[in-house]
Amino acid sequence: MLWQPSADINTLRARADFNAYIRDFFRLRDVLEVETPLLSRAAVSDANLLPLAATCLSKACYLQTSPEYPMKRLLAAGSGDIYQICKVFRDEELGKRHNPEFSMLEYYRLHFDLQTLKDEVAQLVGDYLNIQRRLDLSYRQAFIKYARLDPFLATDDELQMRVQPFVGALQLNRDECLDLLISHVVEPNLPKDTLVFIGQYPASQAALAQTYENDSADMLAQRFELYVNGLELANGYQELTDVSEQKRRFAKEQAQCAQARCADEHFLQALAHGLPDCSGVALGLDRILMLKLQLKDISEVLSFDFARA
Amino acid sequence: MANYSTNEFKSGLKVMLEGDPCSILENELVKPGKGQAFSRVKLRNLKTGRVWERTFKSGEKLEGADVMDYDMEYLYADGEFFHFMATDGSFEQYAAPVEAVADTKNWLKEQEAYEVTLFNGAPIAVSAPNFVELEVVETDPGLKGDTAQGGTKPAFLTTGAMVRVPLFINIGEVLRIDTRTGEYVSRAKV
Repeated sequence: MLWQPSADINTLRARADFNAYIRDFFRLRDVLEVETPLLSRAAVSDANLLPLAATCLSKACYLQTSPEYPMKRLLAAGSGDIYQICKVFRDEELGKRHNPEFSMLEYYRLHFDLQTLKDEVAQLVGDYLNIQRRLDLSYRQAFIKYARLDPFLATDDELQMRVQPFVGALQLNRDECLDLLISHVVEPNLPKDTLVFIGQYPASQAALAQTYENDSADMLAQRFELYVNGLELANGYQELTDVSEQKRRFAKEQAQCAQARCADEHFLQALAHGLPDCSGVALGLDRILMLKLQLKDISEVLSFDFARA
Repeated sequence: MANYSTNEFKSGLKVMLEGDPCSILENELVKPGKGQAFSRVKLRNLKTGRVWERTFKSGEKLEGADVMDYDMEYLYADGEFFHFMATDGSFEQYAAPVEAVADTKNWLKEQEAYEVTLFNGAPIAVSAPNFVELEVVETDPGLKGDTAQGGTKPAFLTTGAMVRVPLFINIGEVLRIDTRTGEYVSRAKV
């Protein structure tokens, strides 16, 4: 019966408690709660995210895939530390761990380096889930340890060979091979009941993170992901503040995009004005709740999943 | 046939993979945060019955397979083919090869209804109803009085299939068999 909720009422109580826990956490730390528009004139640049298009006052607009751009505009305008709990929308994402509309916590801390931010995320998530064990790995270490493969040194042919058992004859590019291996091989083998932070991603997967060169001349991204029990929970960056580099990345993403997306000019203007040095992170609240309540399907933590929406 | 994109993949959809018709069992979206989305799919190869796991890039397409299940009555075997007749009123007859009938041949009984899967109009699989009633043609003599517990013995049915039965079963008796497990359930009620 599809009129009924997909989560039971106790789960909805746990969700309300979780939101209260988050708000307490940030009140204690003097981080300001903000709201930004869900509906935006410009679409996200990330070629791997599919925004939902809408029409408002005869103008094309998009539901946000994350509140990143308007929150950074607030930072540039001098807001100081901010957080937001909001819905985000991503077309074609539906499954046991995905719903096209889901709840995100996104927050930014001024003058935090990535390590400091990771520690705070470990506290926020670890205290809530009652998990204190923590493992910090670089992207390279995670691949070597769990896939016996060096993601920087492996040749394209070696990578293609490793994905062949999963995809058959299908040809994937380098980043697609790495995406497949991290999700199919690394993720399922990560230790259980542990906060696993994977960092130092290849620069090709930097998204909006700063990049740097390490001692062995690999280009790396100041980015981390948090995994718990094979679920990806959070994605954090040392935020890119350089507007010309940001424009280059927009152009590169747009070249990979099937549909045309115009760059968010308001966001670029904010960067040009000056984004303070900061780190930020986005967390998937539904998945954290799934772990807390030991539920296997995201629909079980949503009042109404997409099938009932 | 139509082509289906990964976001249309759902349990029961029939698609072609590497030249064989397959039925999709499960489709799970896998997407590393900022990366490429994949569909991790489990499919049953309808020719071999084997389950395949295969990952597709989101948006990839597979050709639909012209596969349909029909209720058909089993008629007879001619040594090479097993003959079935559609029960939809068309009386159309189909000859299924041994590979299509596979283990179901253990449970074939004339005038019984079976599900026959046609691929491009030819039978590729035959599945039995969950329970069939078949006669015992060979077994050791029954033990009088042993109706409750005790051991089992082999019994051979008209189809040639062997099932383990209680000791009290005799030749000529008709047994109810669970075709999913190949196990004896009870004596058939006359």
